[in-house]
Amino acid sequence: MNFKNFKFDLSNKNKDLIPQVLTILLIILVVVYFSINAQNNMGNRGISFGFGFLSQESSFDITFSLIDFDGSDSYAKAFLVGLLNTILVSVIGIFFATLLGVTVGIARLSQNYLIAKAATCYVEIFRNIPLILQIFFWYFAALRALPLTIDSINFYDISFLNVKGWYVPKFIWTNFSLFLYSLIAAFVLIYFASKYARKQREEFGKQLPILYISLSILFGLPFLAFLIGGVSLSFQIPELNQLSTTVYVYRGGVSIIPELISLALALSMYTATFIAENVRAGILGVNKGQKEAAASIGLTKSQILKLVVMPQALRIIIPPTTNQYLNLTKNSSLAAAIAYPDLVLVFAGTALMQTGRAIEIISITMLTYLTLSLSISIFMNWYNTKMAIKEK
Amino acid sequence: MIKSIKTWILVVLASSLLVACGQSGGGSGSKKSKTLDNTKKAGFVKCGVSQGLPGFSNADESGNWTGIDVDVCRAVAAAVLGDADKVKYTPLSAKERFTALISGEIDVLARNTTWTLSRDADIGLTFVGVNFYDGQGFMVRKNSGITSTADFKSGISACTNTGTTTELNMRDFFNSKNISYEPIAFEKADEVVQAYDAGRCDTYTTDKSGLAAQRTKLSAPDDHIVLPETISKEPLGPVVRQGDPVWEDIVRWSLNTMIEAEEYGINSSNASSLKDSDNPQIKRLVGSEGELGAAFGLDNEWSLRIIEQVGNYGESYKKHIADTGILPDRGPNELWTKGGILYVPPAR
Repeated sequence: MNFKNFKFDLSNKNKDLIPQVLTILLIILVVVYFSINAQNNMGNRGISFGFGFLSQESSFDITFSLIDFDGSDSYAKAFLVGLLNTILVSVIGIFFATLLGVTVGIARLSQNYLIAKAATCYVEIFRNIPLILQIFFWYFAALRALPLTIDSINFYDISFLNVKGWYVPKFIWTNFSLFLYSLIAAFVLIYFASKYARKQREEFGKQLPILYISLSILFGLPFLAFLIGGVSLSFQIPELNQLSTTVYVYRGGVSIIPELISLALALSMYTATFIAENVRAGILGVNKGQKEAAASIGLTKSQILKLVVMPQALRIIIPPTTNQYLNLTKNSSLAAAIAYPDLVLVFAGTALMQTGRAIEIISITMLTYLTLSLSISIFMNWYNTKMAIKEK
Repeated sequence: MIKSIKTWILVVLASSLLVACGQSGGGSGSKKSKTLDNTKKAGFVKCGVSQGLPGFSNADESGNWTGIDVDVCRAVAAAVLGDADKVKYTPLSAKERFTALISGEIDVLARNTTWTLSRDADIGLTFVGVNFYDGQGFMVRKNSGITSTADFKSGISACTNTGTTTELNMRDFFNSKNISYEPIAFEKADEVVQAYDAGRCDTYTTDKSGLAAQRTKLSAPDDHIVLPETISKEPLGPVVRQGDPVWEDIVRWSLNTMIEAEEYGINSSNASSLKDSDNPQIKRLVGSEGELGAAFGLDNEWSLRIIEQVGNYGESYKKHIADTGILPDRGPNELWTKGGILYVPPAR
């Protein structure tokens, strides 16, 4: 190599760049080294690497699935089942954790001594016990507390709760897609209606009853679909079947398995404590003067909370709550302990064992969680930007 | 700034040097047994066992492991290191076991593992033999009125362990009978027992030996029965990593020695007195004839130590499986000469 013509251009810009380029090179080197090493080691031990197994027949069954699945389907479909179950329990968990968290957070600031203390007790107990113990507690407590199938708790003869799950009526739709379209149309209409209402308020000072308008669109359009679109809905009520002397099972209807119920319960109870603290911090973080100023211009108490306190509190609440949503999603992987068929149990558990493809499966699983978490993150960042103060 | 760049260049150079060194250090083992050398150097056999399965591998209050799987590791330690107690046990879940073996965390996996084609051929493992012939069965509540698998009907829920062959057998079985079922698969055996006990599932399915052992953990063991049918073949045996044939042979023949010793009536108490036996086969097993140990770099008394310190297969079975009440009847795990299917190649 000819070094004579090779000259460093040490302008300031380049000087700043060099360490960064070198760092990146170093990282690439390390990654390459480890992958080569892994490849060599796997080669030496006679292990092949590849993703061909994904299209093979899985040959195991899964208790609970949002899509039709049985053992003749591929590992790729088993992965999808696990992923959907993870998303399902995370969404349920996030919904109830937020609801409970906001309620408890506000309750902690209540003037009522009993309510405030009860909320404090709840937060202190549930955030200080390891989550896995809470999952076991809810699962085995629920299993022990619930009656056997034959003695099910009966809700008006349409829904039944017992140790094998919560059986609810199954919806049987005709023309379901039309109903779906009417719902989508309703949401689009509501979006434009509220935009129009805001414009009316900002430009002409006219206050439209947008809440009632939205509600009537939301219920009206689907109702029209029922009335003239030929959409109809019937229910299939679970029925008790006897399998042997003491073995009974409900069939027909939809079964919500106790694993899902207890996992969602444990996740939301646990995460709600942290969200409650975020909410409390957010509300306390709004300057007292803001409330006083709002009161002095004659806003009512609920208007103060809605128009002055919450918009400012949300800016404090959202970022740490995003963390809690991410935590909840990742914590849902503890499902494996109580046999809820989530991504970890189905894919990184059973599928990994049956195929032995540890590196491939764990990489896919990690990438999946990363993608899930980043999606939540991106959505929450978007929401945060939307809620941030817009300097005018 | 210049200084910091120099530092960076130094760091990069140093790291690439390290990386280069690491590269040349790796690579495959030599013709000799690397595992044997490492075991001798470490002074103990690295053995993977279950997280607690009575009769197979179970730890008592003071942390001593016992069971017929544990005895395989003890036999290897006796043969290689001269002392059956020089074993380091690593409790593993069904999910972790193969990774632990492949990565070298353990050298022998004796954890009631079913020998199947895909495990043997596909994932870098080698099964060396069978130390327990098992089969999958079902346990149900006595009062359920179910007395055989013919009484199963669609809608039944079945609890089992995840990551095992039982999950697959269960599907084959129910599908062949055209019965729809609800599979509930737990990661740990203890949770399966608890969930079954609480009534979450109507039947508990796993290897029959496992059912017999886990039944003792139920709140009222006598209220449950194991159905007579066996729905699968589950030959359980020790496993080693692929790629070290000498080590593979040592583990295989340690197990075979225990079984063959029983066949020739050699046990822990009479082994040393049989050195002058008239039967050359017995003399070979107690090390007073032939040079069998030399084939895998061991001395000639390796098999004698196994028999003296661990005992023959019959002693091991009686102590851990029969006398503990798990499976008093040896069934298929009886010697071929006595109506069972235990048959090992001759040590000669």
